[in-house]
Amino acid sequence: MLASMATFAIEGVDSREVTVEVDVRQGLPVFNVVGLPDAAVREARERVRAALLNSELEFPQKRITANLAPADVRKAGPSFDLALAGALLAASDQIPTNELGRCALVGELSLSGALRPVRGAVAMAAGARAAGFERLIVPVENALEASLVGGIEVQGVPDLRSLVELVNGRWTPEPVTEMSAVDAEPVRSLDFCDVRGQSDAKRALEIAAAGGHNVLMVGPPGSGKTMLARRLPGILPPPSFDEALEITRIHSVAGIASGSLIRQRPFRAPHHTISPSGLIGGGSIPRPGEITLAHRGVLFLDELAEFSRVALEALRQPLEGGGVEITRGQRSLSLPAAAMLVGACNPCPCGKPRDNCACDQVARTRYQQRLSGPLLDRIDLICQLEPARPGELISADALERSAAIRERVVAAREGQRARLDGTTATCNAEMDAPLTRVHVRMSARVRARMLEGHATTGMSARGHDRVLRLARTIADLDGRDSVRASDVDEALSYRMSSAWRAAA
Amino acid sequence: MTACDDCLRRAQLLRILAPRIAELSTPRARGARMLLALPDIELVYTVAGSRAAEVQAQLEAFDPRAMREEVVRAHLAATCRHDAAYPERLLQLPDPPAALFMRGDPALLTGVSEEPAVAIVGARRASTYALEVAQELGRGLAVSGVTVVSGLALGVDGAAHRGALSGNGRALAVLGSGADVPYPRSHRELYARVARTGLILSELPPGAGARRWAFPARNRIMAALAEMVVVVEAREASGTLITAEFAAGLQCQVGAVPGRITSAGTAGSNRLLVDGAKPILGVGDVLDALYGVGARPEPPPLRVALDPIGRAVLDAVEAGDSPLDACVHPVKDVRAALGRLEVLGLVRRDGLGGYERTGLRCEPA
Ligand SMILES: Nc1ncnc2c1ncn2[C@@H]1O[C@H](COP(=O)(O)OP(=O)(O)OP(=O)(O)O)[C@@H](O)[C@H]1O
Ligand SMILES: [Mg+2]
Repeated sequence: MLASMATFAIEGVDSREVTVEVDVRQGLPVFNVVGLPDAAVREARERVRAALLNSELEFPQKRITANLAPADVRKAGPSFDLALAGALLAASDQIPTNELGRCALVGELSLSGALRPVRGAVAMAAGARAAGFERLIVPVENALEASLVGGIEVQGVPDLRSLVELVNGRWTPEPVTEMSAVDAEPVRSLDFCDVRGQSDAKRALEIAAAGGHNVLMVGPPGSGKTMLARRLPGILPPPSFDEALEITRIHSVAGIASGSLIRQRPFRAPHHTISPSGLIGGGSIPRPGEITLAHRGVLFLDELAEFSRVALEALRQPLEGGGVEITRGQRSLSLPAAAMLVGACNPCPCGKPRDNCACDQVARTRYQQRLSGPLLDRIDLICQLEPARPGELISADALERSAAIRERVVAAREGQRARLDGTTATCNAEMDAPLTRVHVRMSARVRARMLEGHATTGMSARGHDRVLRLARTIADLDGRDSVRASDVDEALSYRMSSAWRAAA
Repeated sequence: MTACDDCLRRAQLLRILAPRIAELSTPRARGARMLLALPDIELVYTVAGSRAAEVQAQLEAFDPRAMREEVVRAHLAATCRHDAAYPERLLQLPDPPAALFMRGDPALLTGVSEEPAVAIVGARRASTYALEVAQELGRGLAVSGVTVVSGLALGVDGAAHRGALSGNGRALAVLGSGADVPYPRSHRELYARVARTGLILSELPPGAGARRWAFPARNRIMAALAEMVVVVEAREASGTLITAEFAAGLQCQVGAVPGRITSAGTAGSNRLLVDGAKPILGVGDVLDALYGVGARPEPPPLRVALDPIGRAVLDAVEAGDSPLDACVHPVKDVRAALGRLEVLGLVRRDGLGGYERTGLRCEPA
């Protein structure tokens, strides 16, 4: 007898429908799986057999053939187990076939018959909804995140036995509980008030957070760069629901989600020995890289000059386009990658403060060349740190807390949201050239200021737009609708010096 | 600034005869120089030969008003050797250009009589080393207030212009095409930058395409405008050396940057050194040659009204302190002041994000 069941396979951060067909007929007892399965999928045979027997269900002693269609998609991982078991149960008349027609199944089986959670439940739920399914059955641990998508009934099942009971109408799972809003507040432990001095870097990070701009901190060792960067999440605005869902979906695919909606922007800080594909994603079965995991949040590259040049070059396109394109064989995938880049590095190889730096010009130039020029061109703000002075470190003055800074950032972002409503951009840094033209309106005086800046700094067209977007954010932080000449001046001062760019 | 009818007619004649001159010129185009020294009538007969009468007729039909309109339409300005704006230095040539067409800041042209200009020339296919040197010489000279003259060509010329622009200095490009025709095309952007803050100059009328003979001809203009010609890198028997030859016949010094003795690419410039050109090992050597050893001109002070924060920030940079550390003002104001001071050319970044003072003095407006 033949039965089929729908399930979903992860592809990048999306999912694709896969149909599991099972044919059971008289013959020597064998169990074959065809349709481009990987090792984990082939091993599903053993898990399904044990799970069925341990759940007091019958494993037919017949010729069993399972086919995963379409055959040209690589199937990986254990998430097909449940659909396979379901199809087998239907094909051997242990559950009614028509019952699961409008329903998709996802889940890994343990030998005992219990269901284990899978990666990517959010993406699978979104895929199932888009494909027109009314119901999705998932392991109970995945129920909460899968239900975030909405528009599809999600049922969490603890084990195989319960699936049979569910289908026979003898049991219904508890409805998925709405999650509480307790995790909406950012982690409070790291506060900007711990960092003494460094007012320039603090201001730069505030602007960066307010507009989603890329920022580079340059300063000698021990001046507080890493310390400041780690406090950045505390001043970022909370993600909107849609953004939170995007974040959850990506993290769920990567297997680092908490099982509920993630309400904090991600902060990823990969080590500088990371490979290019670790950074932007890839592999034979493409996995999202750090830049995608940092989507809607922060990608922090500490010791920027130590990263391999290939890895940094690979970041160029994602930073510009907000996405990564990966081509594997005939298929190409696009992964979201709208992250804010935060870099930190020393000003020169010796890393000493300027007064007792021993590096000569050649050594400095070579050091700076390690950062790729076009990458630096994508940095909107470069700020400087001097070692904090003893007086500042000892001083007992209370410094501004992250909460106060965050309030300003949130207000500035709200203005941007309203202004950019209905466009693809969510913050100033994401405005493309036409949006920049429309939303950064300049008086004649400000226009003259920009022209002057052009004449003396020889900036590129890209640099021009970046200065305008930055000036827009500076005005937003000040709660102003119009961009002033002083905003342009300030934005110009954060630009990368052309000398450095030329050297790189 | 105007050009007289006669001089415009001469420009028109060059336009009519340009293709024929190209045919007549020898490979190294010395012929063109002799031709350009001829008065109108003789030029017509020498170049046009049997078609002289036809050319003569065309010339008689010439309407200077039409050309003036053409100049305006091409966003150019014109001057001629009978005009006050015409630089006297060009009159030392046996064949000074009659009319000059330009785009940009005409003060650069009149300026060459008071302040020195230096031509930086060299190979189009230049080594990375030569490009670096040309750019650094261009920047260093520009920062010292010297007008940097070059030909907008690929290689050394372009690098010299870029250097001058990056030093916020005066860049003057003399073209072998019309002043409204960016050549080579890949230097369109550079052309635009020079036109915006410097000056583009040509003796050919608007719209004239680039012709081989026109390049040695424009080299004579570069040599005549400049107080010194610096050859950065040149092969033997190259166009660059023609410029140096012209210079030797004028009130113009010749300098050359030493190159590897094993490389054909630098054989020409090294030969110049053997023949007595000044060795140029850096911007200082050029400035020494212009002003006397160790002497330097003082750049005119900038007259600008700075607000108190701007003043304080400038003082902090001057004292070598980090202004962001030393000033009591809010960071946003200090940053805005820094941006402003950099645009005014009073401070510059030293590449690490830190600021340093430029040589430009500042006086209250
Ligand atoms: N401005 C500061 N205020 C308070 N503490 C500071 C400050 N700067 C540095 N520190 C102290 O020094 C430690 C080292 O700082 P941090 O790791 O941020 O330096 P860094 O700039 O990242 O240096 P490196 O270039 O070596 O990575 C911090 O954990 C903190 O204890
Ligand atoms: Mg650090």
